[in-house]
Amino acid sequence: MNDEVVLEVRGAVKSYGFVTALDGVDLKLHRGEILALLGDNGAGKTSLVRAISGIMQLDEGEVLLEGKRLGLHSAGDARRAGIETVFQNLAVLDNLDVASNFYIGREKTWPGWLGPLGFLNVGKEADGWTSQATELGIRVLNPKQEIGLMSGGQRQAVAVARAVSFASKVVILDEPTAALGVRESAQVLKLIKLLPTRGVSVILISHNMDHVVQLADRAVVMRQGRISGSAIPSKGSVPQLIAMIMGAN
Amino acid sequence: MGWNLPNVTNKKSLETTSDEVSSGDHGEAGASLGLEIGLRLLRTGPAFILLALVVVMAILNEYFLTIRNLQNLCTQTAMVAALALGQLLVIVVRGVDVSVGSVLGLTVVISGLMMDAGYTNGLMHVVVFIAVGALFGAFNGFMIVKGGIPLPLIVTVATLGIGRGMALLLSGGSEHIGMTPVVEFAGNGSIYGIPVPAILVGILTILLAVFTLKTLWGRWIYAVGGNPDIANWLGVPRDRVVMSAYIICGAMAGFAGILYAGRTDAASPLAGAGMELDSVTAVIIGGASLFGGRGNIVNALIGALIIGVIRNGLNLMSVSPFWEAIAIGASILFALELDVLRRYLEEKLRARVARSLR
Repeated sequence: MNDEVVLEVRGAVKSYGFVTALDGVDLKLHRGEILALLGDNGAGKTSLVRAISGIMQLDEGEVLLEGKRLGLHSAGDARRAGIETVFQNLAVLDNLDVASNFYIGREKTWPGWLGPLGFLNVGKEADGWTSQATELGIRVLNPKQEIGLMSGGQRQAVAVARAVSFASKVVILDEPTAALGVRESAQVLKLIKLLPTRGVSVILISHNMDHVVQLADRAVVMRQGRISGSAIPSKGSVPQLIAMIMGAN
Repeated sequence: MGWNLPNVTNKKSLETTSDEVSSGDHGEAGASLGLEIGLRLLRTGPAFILLALVVVMAILNEYFLTIRNLQNLCTQTAMVAALALGQLLVIVVRGVDVSVGSVLGLTVVISGLMMDAGYTNGLMHVVVFIAVGALFGAFNGFMIVKGGIPLPLIVTVATLGIGRGMALLLSGGSEHIGMTPVVEFAGNGSIYGIPVPAILVGILTILLAVFTLKTLWGRWIYAVGGNPDIANWLGVPRDRVVMSAYIICGAMAGFAGILYAGRTDAASPLAGAGMELDSVTAVIIGGASLFGGRGNIVNALIGALIIGVIRNGLNLMSVSPFWEAIAIGASILFALELDVLRRYLEEKLRARVARSLR
C-alpha cells in the first residue's frame, strides 16, 4: 500500500424518493489498500458500492479513477475501467457451468464470426479457468460442472476468482462471506489477501469484525448516508468501530 | 448448457488441494450418485415419455404406426412445434408469449389480403409472414423491456386480443380461399413421402439448437434466464437478449402461419386460435422450467410431439375429444410436478456437496 490515490468519490448524493441513501459522501482509496466499509443496515454502503460499480447512477457527485472522472452508466463501464465487483448473496448464475460463470460478460469465441452469433470457444474457457484457479491456489472445479449444484463456498470462490482474475485496479466485495461456513470463508479471505500483492485495491463490506481486523488496512464507517468516522482496525479498536456503527459518541 | 453433473466420486481427481475432503465421504458419495442418476433421468425425461407413449399407442391401435398416420401426425404437429420452438426461447428468459396464436392468425390474414390484391409472388409472401410475426414479437418485447410492464403474461394477453382483433378487422371476418403455391407446398407438400412442414421444422430445430447451445447469444439467453439482474451486472446485454427472444418467437409464429395457410389452403381470421396454450404446454412437457433458465430446444420439439401423439392416438381410438383436453391437462400437471421434483433433487445434491466439504 502506498499513498497514491486510485479511486476517489466526491460529494456522492443519491436518494430514492424521500429516502436519502447517500448524503454527500467523500471517499479515497489508495493503491494496494484493503478498505473496510462498515455500517449498519441502510447506512448507504451498498448504494455507495453500486455507484462505484456502475449499476446505479448518482444524483450528484463524481467517481474518479486515477484522477480521471468516470462516466459510469453501466456495470460494463466499470469493468472496462478495471473495477470488478462481487455482488451480495452469491453472484453466480446457478444454471450455467463453472467456466461460463467465470467468463460471463467476457466470453471467448472463435474468431471470424459476427458478434453475438459467434461460436463459443468452450475449450479455451475451460483451460483459462483451470490455469487461473491453479494460479490462485483454489480448488480447480470441473469447468463443465453446473454451478447451482455446488456448495456456497465453491460458488463464491468462482465469483471471487472472477473478480480477482480480471480486476486491474479495484475489487469491490459486498459481504463476500455472509453465506459461507468457517472453512469456506477462509478460502475467500485467502483470495482477497492476494489482491494487494497484485497492486489491486479492495473495498470490503463486511459485518464480520474478525475478518475486518484480519484483512483491512483501514476501516471507514458509514451512518445515515454519510461517512461518520474511520480507524485502523485492530483488536483494540473494534469497540470504537462498533460504537461508531451504532452511532454512539 | 451444462448437462454434466458434479461427479462427487471423481472429486479427488479434479482438485489440486485435497485437504478439504474428509475421509468419511464415501457413504455420502454413494447417495449422491443415486441423486445424480435420478436427476439425469429427469432431464432426459421427455424423450422417454414420448417413446413410452408411442409404444403404448402402437400396442393399442394397429393404425398408429402406419406411414399414412405418421405423415398425418407430423403435419398436424408441425405448427405447434414451430410455435413451441419460439416459445421455449421466451420461457428460458423468464417470459411467456401467449399472443402467438393471434400472431399466426394475423399473418395468415395478411397473406390472404395480398392474394386478394393480386400479389402472388411466393417469396414475397414468405417474407411478409416472417416479418409481420417478427415485428409483432418486437412490439411484445418492447412493451416488456422498455414499456416498464415486467409481466409478460399480462402484456401478451393484451396483444393476444389486439392481434386477433386486427386479423378480424382486416379480413372483415371472412375467409380467403386459395394461397400462393409456395405457401401451399410448405404447409401441405411432401418430398419422398416426408411432409415438407416436418422437414422445415426439423431444419429450424437444428438451427436453433446450434444457436442456443453453441453461440454467445445462446449462453446469454440462459444467463438472463438464470438471473436477469446478475447477468446484466456482469456484462450481458439483458434487454437486447430478452427482445431477441420475443422477436424470434414472433417470427416463428409467422412461420407457423405459413404452415397453417398452406395446410388449409385458406386464410381464416380464426387461424391459430388456442394454439398459444398448446405451445406453452409443449415447452413445459418438454421439461423447461417456467422459472426460466432451463429448457432445451430439442425437448420443446419432443414436447410438441408428445401432445401430437396423445391427440392422434386418442383420435384413432375414437375417444371423445373432451377426454383429449383432460389428458393434455393432466400431462401438464405431471410435467410441472417433474420440474418440482427436479429442483428438490438439485437442492438435496447441493446440500450433500456442501456437507461433504465441512
